[in-house]
Amino acid sequence: METYYLTAHQLRDKLKKKEISCSEITKSSYRRIEEVEDKVNSFIRLEKESALLKAKEVDALIASGGSVEDLTGIPVAVKDNICTKNITTTCASKILKNYVPVYNASVIEKLESRNYILLGKSNMDEFAMGSSSENSHFGPVRNPWDVNRVPGGSSGGPAAAVAAGEAICALGSDTGGSIRQPASLCGIVGLKPTYGMVSRYGLVAFASSLDQIGPLARDVEDCALMLNVICGHDENDSTSINKEIPDYRSFLKPDIKDLKIGVPSELMVEGIDGEVKEKILKVISMAEDMGAEVEEISIPSLKHALSVYYIIAPSEASSNLSRFDGVRYGYRNTEARTLRKMYRKSRAEGFGDEVKRRIMIGTYCLSAGYYDEYYEKARRVRTLIINDFKKAFSKFDVLLSPTSPTTAFKIGEKTEDPLTMYLSDICTIPVNLAGLPAISIPAGLSKDGLPIGVQVIGNVLREDNILRVAYSLEKAIGFNDRPGL
Amino acid sequence: MGRISKDDVKHVAKLAELEIGQKEIEKITSQLDKILDYVAEVSKVDTEGITPISHILDIKNVLREDVPKKSITQESALENAPDEVDSGFKVPKID
Repeated sequence: METYYLTAHQLRDKLKKKEISCSEITKSSYRRIEEVEDKVNSFIRLEKESALLKAKEVDALIASGGSVEDLTGIPVAVKDNICTKNITTTCASKILKNYVPVYNASVIEKLESRNYILLGKSNMDEFAMGSSSENSHFGPVRNPWDVNRVPGGSSGGPAAAVAAGEAICALGSDTGGSIRQPASLCGIVGLKPTYGMVSRYGLVAFASSLDQIGPLARDVEDCALMLNVICGHDENDSTSINKEIPDYRSFLKPDIKDLKIGVPSELMVEGIDGEVKEKILKVISMAEDMGAEVEEISIPSLKHALSVYYIIAPSEASSNLSRFDGVRYGYRNTEARTLRKMYRKSRAEGFGDEVKRRIMIGTYCLSAGYYDEYYEKARRVRTLIINDFKKAFSKFDVLLSPTSPTTAFKIGEKTEDPLTMYLSDICTIPVNLAGLPAISIPAGLSKDGLPIGVQVIGNVLREDNILRVAYSLEKAIGFNDRPGL
Repeated sequence: MGRISKDDVKHVAKLAELEIGQKEIEKITSQLDKILDYVAEVSKVDTEGITPISHILDIKNVLREDVPKKSITQESALENAPDEVDSGFKVPKID
């Protein structure tokens, strides 16, 4: 029996009832990987041997009366910027090609405490910089719905793996939309938690004030149960929120009767594809039919979100990525005779074009004479965006928008023009700037058979609201198409 | 063209410790110019009296008790070193 397209909660129930073994589940997922991985390239590294061994261990545990919890024995793909002890963690970069972490990220420790199965490390845009997963040292990821198109990015590998049935669920990271946008383009569910809810310890830093780890899965319930496992305070992350974690599954109720939903007009106009807009309007009318109150709202400062992001994120990145100097780990040019030359050559040869571009932008924005004009100014406008969101959430429980302005674009279509590529993050970026939680769920397919996603944004720490709305809409939309791979 | 010159790009590359070839300079200059030109629109936003933020959370300095804890060993800290000598990282001549 093939189990690779079941969800984590379905498999948990089957494991509990002893209808299936963890070894069978894991083998089924690897059979699927063997079938389609050539076409999607969603993994940088597979851990088949250790995964099958672990599956046997889990089966023995269950046989001897061990409890089956959420994610116990579930095959998971992990984005390759999350550190896994003794397993190469490359960030899809030549500079970290041979980097083997000596410790686990906190999220990995949490998954291990549930006896999850690590299928492998997922492909991505180098250092999570990109919106198409084309910027990988290990080749581009392809969209399972149309292999000539991109899966989105930067968590394109995790998203494609879940959509193609290679993984049951996955862990990604989201700095400007890197979980939600690929989830949207691949027709799955992706959730970015409130900044600080999930420990960033062991996540290779891109932009520390924006980065957040989150789940990608095939339904909202799986996202909720993954949150239950990965959220929580961690003393190894000084920005980690110290708050009690609710049972996120308790918010999965198909009822939005008393909720107020705002639709920011700034996220619905410019550059939004006609078919995408149409689908979102359809979802809005579904929400109204279920008794929610929907109203358009203007959040003027959102117009500046993309600019603010492309100043702040590269600035933080230029600082974070200064650690890759060929001294303590990573690639080193061995011909350089002096230290400075070694730095410059190692970094020039180790980083890809987009990463270098962002390091350059960030360095420029932080440099003497330009700091006030760019970085400082962007931080002020970021405050305005946060204030505007606060105002919006005094009136609305959630905000609703497209996740991506378009469906999946063709591979190579935007690589020559970085700015056009940046524009594909226009609906997701404001969320990171304000640290808000947001989820993307499939709204349906375009005429060309490509997935369209709808984004639900909540106020800080209001994961309850986005889960409730997403769960209700998921039931109403009834999306159950699969890529014909 | 005009926000950033080729000389600026060379200067920034030096600050960022990145070697950039002569051939690349032109392309990078025009790409950076386009991006900076786009993001510079923030300068038009009225931010009079607005405090710049760096974190969305009201974070304070986090302190812990001064109790020694186990950390990674010197050996494992060197595991990923491109070159080492006498239990330390070895680098080319410092210029």
